[in-house]
Amino acid sequence: MAEPAEPAQAADAAPVTRSDRSPWNWLLLIPIVIPLLTPLYNQVAPRLWGFPKFYWLQFLFIVVGVATTTLVYQMTKRPTPATPPAPPASRAAVSSDE
Amino acid sequence: MSEHITEIVIFTVLFLLVSGMGFVAARWRAPENMAHLDEWGLGGRSFGGWITWFLIGGDLYTAYTFVAVPALMFGAGAAGFFAVPYTVIIYPMLFLILIRLWSVSHRHGFVTPADFVRTRFDSPTLALLVAITGIVATMPYIALQLVGIEAVLKTMGVTGESAIARHLPIIIAFAILAAYTYQSGLRAPALIAFVKDTLIYLVIIVAIIYLPYKLGGWGHIFDAADKKFTASPAPTDGIILNANNQVQYVTLALGSALALFLYPHSITGVLASRNRNVIKRNMSALPAYSLLLGLIALLGYAAIASAVKPLPGTKTGSVDSNTVVPLLFDQQFPSWFAGIAFAAIGIGALVPAAIMSIAAANLFTRNIYKEYIKPDATNAQEANVSKITSLVVKLGAVLFIIFLDPQFSIDLQLIGGVVILQTAPSVGLGLYTRWLHRGGLIAGWVAGMSLGLWMLYDIANPATGRKHFGGSAFPLSDFGFDTKKTIYVGFVAVLVNLLVAVIVTLILRATKTPAGIDGTAPDDYFADEGDPRLEKARTTTETLASST
Repeated sequence: MAEPAEPAQAADAAPVTRSDRSPWNWLLLIPIVIPLLTPLYNQVAPRLWGFPKFYWLQFLFIVVGVATTTLVYQMTKRPTPATPPAPPASRAAVSSDE
Repeated sequence: MSEHITEIVIFTVLFLLVSGMGFVAARWRAPENMAHLDEWGLGGRSFGGWITWFLIGGDLYTAYTFVAVPALMFGAGAAGFFAVPYTVIIYPMLFLILIRLWSVSHRHGFVTPADFVRTRFDSPTLALLVAITGIVATMPYIALQLVGIEAVLKTMGVTGESAIARHLPIIIAFAILAAYTYQSGLRAPALIAFVKDTLIYLVIIVAIIYLPYKLGGWGHIFDAADKKFTASPAPTDGIILNANNQVQYVTLALGSALALFLYPHSITGVLASRNRNVIKRNMSALPAYSLLLGLIALLGYAAIASAVKPLPGTKTGSVDSNTVVPLLFDQQFPSWFAGIAFAAIGIGALVPAAIMSIAAANLFTRNIYKEYIKPDATNAQEANVSKITSLVVKLGAVLFIIFLDPQFSIDLQLIGGVVILQTAPSVGLGLYTRWLHRGGLIAGWVAGMSLGLWMLYDIANPATGRKHFGGSAFPLSDFGFDTKKTIYVGFVAVLVNLLVAVIVTLILRATKTPAGIDGTAPDDYFADEGDPRLEKARTTTETLASST
């Protein structure tokens, strides 16, 4: 069984009121909304390497999605429980503030 | 059949190699005690970033997807490309939702979404509805994986006269799959997913470089597709969308994205990961598969440029459009590489089929067997029931394919997407709020389900001459609107579901109907690896307080 190594310590390290709130999360709306706006990309011209705009632009949205989720992940990640909580003091402050 | 002998040999060798891995997987990261649903059904809840990436990737992007999406592009054009926006929006949408689900499941030891609903809303009935919905939606999905393998076998000329002879290779393949899933549980698909995805990536990279080279460049491929759609009498096809199918395109992408995470097999993949960071990191790494899917979709156009003629279907006069990609590979690739490509699709079917059968089995075990048949079942008994159920589920899928028209499975899968979406208010919103009353959620489920099924029944497809279940694009004119626009059925159904849930909730609150006790605490939704876990899922606030 994968029992936690030091449950007591981990529980102490966790702040009493935890939260996923972060202003960075609002960025996630960009890759959700943009791909749903068909007028943005429902055209043939201009073509890129033979691909009509409909296709290359939607492929580009994948890149936008990856960039956004990566950024939000980096900005909101918690320190991994295994590592000693040395830097997380500042991190916790960032992620718990509104 | 003889001209396909190289392909058949390579396909068989790779298939057997992977099957061997499936059996060995039981010893991979082996626990001391396998007789626990956490081990057999969730791989010990210990998978790190890479394994989770391969597992969820192998789980969501199935063999059927790889065969059916290009088939859709081949037939309808741009409308089939919804798979790309769909798999772009899903990850930012799920980014915050899935970590909450993971946390609360980690804390309470939930194995299925219905486990969560049971504890959150204190309602075994609602949990049962969620569990049954999950099983019903998953079963045809498993059967469709067989359709994927079958398209490949058909192209290689492995066919027979009688129904049994024609399906013998599939029966053998599924028997092997069932055996190693029984033995190794979720570890088997997790290990096989590495091979499957390596093969798929290899095949696709070669395909997108080699095929345009042989067919005169991407520009020419798109031109060929454009020419075909311009010439065809159907008003809905084309290499871009038209005025009437844009709403359908958007609502289908949105609805499918919501539905995908509600499928039990995706949740199984998520719950098997080790901590919250693994999930978050995967939300930004999984779109690599979306890129792959988009490129695979375009193979449908390459097939047009290559003048592929789909093989005939089971009924005379019909065509099996699922064969277009296998046929394209067969025509354009040297036979040894076509063999590798076919193996990639075949093995690609095994991973999701295994995970889906495990997920369906877990639902049965936790939310039907343990809830209604044997409440005092031990952990070992739970694991055992799940193992046996996974066999039954696979047998059911094989029987589907042998005795029913494959079209029936495709229809059911279409229905499955609409059906699973009806659990969104209880599972999805339930992670954020308990405002909706359990009675309201049940009423909403009934309303959404009935409306969704009626709408699907109502859709005719003139292209295939079917009067009912002709697709998921509902003509808004049938609601009395004066328009030719269409909309995705699931989207409408889930909105009505939500509306009914809200109204009934208001009524039940006004009449002071008890809403039950919430078995979860606010902090449960932020729990992470290393936090204390509650052994039993069925908790009350007292046990929660005493164990922390």
